[in-house]
Amino acid sequence: MNQELTKKLAPGHTTCAGCGIPVIVRTILGATKDPVIVSNATGCLEVTTTIYPYTAWKIPYIHSAFENAAATISGVEAAQKALLKKAKLKKSAKGGSAFGGKAKLVVFGGDGGTYDIGLQSLSGALERGHEFLYVCYDNGGYMNTGGQRSGGTPLGANTETEPAGLDSFGKSRNRKDLMEIVKSHGIKYLAQANVAYPNDLAMKAKKALETKGPSFLLVLQPCTNLWKFPTSRYVRLGRLATETNFWPLYEIEKGNYVINYVNKNPKKVEEFLKEQGRFKHLFEEKNKKVIKEIQKSVNGNWKKLVEMSGSK
Amino acid sequence: MTQYKDSTIKNDIKKAQKVGDWKYLSPEIDAKKCIGCGNCISFCPEAAIKIRQNIHPEKNKNSKGIASVDMDWCKGCGVCAVECPTHAITMKKVN
Repeated sequence: MNQELTKKLAPGHTTCAGCGIPVIVRTILGATKDPVIVSNATGCLEVTTTIYPYTAWKIPYIHSAFENAAATISGVEAAQKALLKKAKLKKSAKGGSAFGGKAKLVVFGGDGGTYDIGLQSLSGALERGHEFLYVCYDNGGYMNTGGQRSGGTPLGANTETEPAGLDSFGKSRNRKDLMEIVKSHGIKYLAQANVAYPNDLAMKAKKALETKGPSFLLVLQPCTNLWKFPTSRYVRLGRLATETNFWPLYEIEKGNYVINYVNKNPKKVEEFLKEQGRFKHLFEEKNKKVIKEIQKSVNGNWKKLVEMSGSK
Repeated sequence: MTQYKDSTIKNDIKKAQKVGDWKYLSPEIDAKKCIGCGNCISFCPEAAIKIRQNIHPEKNKNSKGIASVDMDWCKGCGVCAVECPTHAITMKKVN
């Protein structure tokens, strides 16, 4: 195993072959040299890294429930503050145990635990201004329980709870714009990233971890199992999502939008959709209009983003 | 607090599942083609790849390091083979 990369998360976890979640975790936690405490919402990451009696985590790790990962980390932050005040923790941390100094606080949640179930505890923690980083790895559904729809599932996807069939074309609603919801809390740094661009992700993680106050990262995580593509292709799918402008890379720093990846000739969204089994039914004659609708919403979102960033 | 001290679960690699047994395809690295760029390392979900020293520099003059995969943890997903810029990795069926 790679000693350098496995300092915080060891192998031996049971994520599906070809799942990008561990890459997201390692890239983000690798962006800081400070000790880290992780809180985790229920989801793929939680069930695969903590199979009793083994834990893949080499750092302090808390899982309490699905909906309150952000509330849990708020408590950790408050406790840390109180201990610092009582001078029980040294103020400057130089490696060593996480309890020897001030630690960075990171929450990992899936899209189910962020868009849907954990939204109110996240909103509360952002509003109270705790200093932590919330990372949402977005695989577009409740993938660990068989692919039920979530607020993050894109339009037209075939899901367990909104299956495609004679009368239905899969999910009938567009994705929630989580970035705008989080932005409206007035936090200093939030960004949308993609597991297929690790350097960009590491840069954003570094910025987010250095932010005073709450910060937020929304990271795309192509799910080999329920987006239905071969295990070897999560990076390829991630790249296609950004190259088609389905998943633009951008950051919002103190309210200013910066686009990190501009493709002058964006690919058509079909190229991203046709690689995935969950969109297979959209290529039937009767569902062609849904693809047009997806393309329209992708174009609209991109136009809005360009306007917001003030670039041309 | 003391009675809970021993109940902390610590990372113990000996207790981990043998996820290396999952694979039906196994990556094989062509030491002549590998340029040691580390692209596979950054995308390997298991962090099973590292760069070892090129012990036969006469066979591959382009690189000081060659990627090597730890088969105990590799699940055989094949991401490294797809992402390798020089196609140095091929997936072979496990017998």
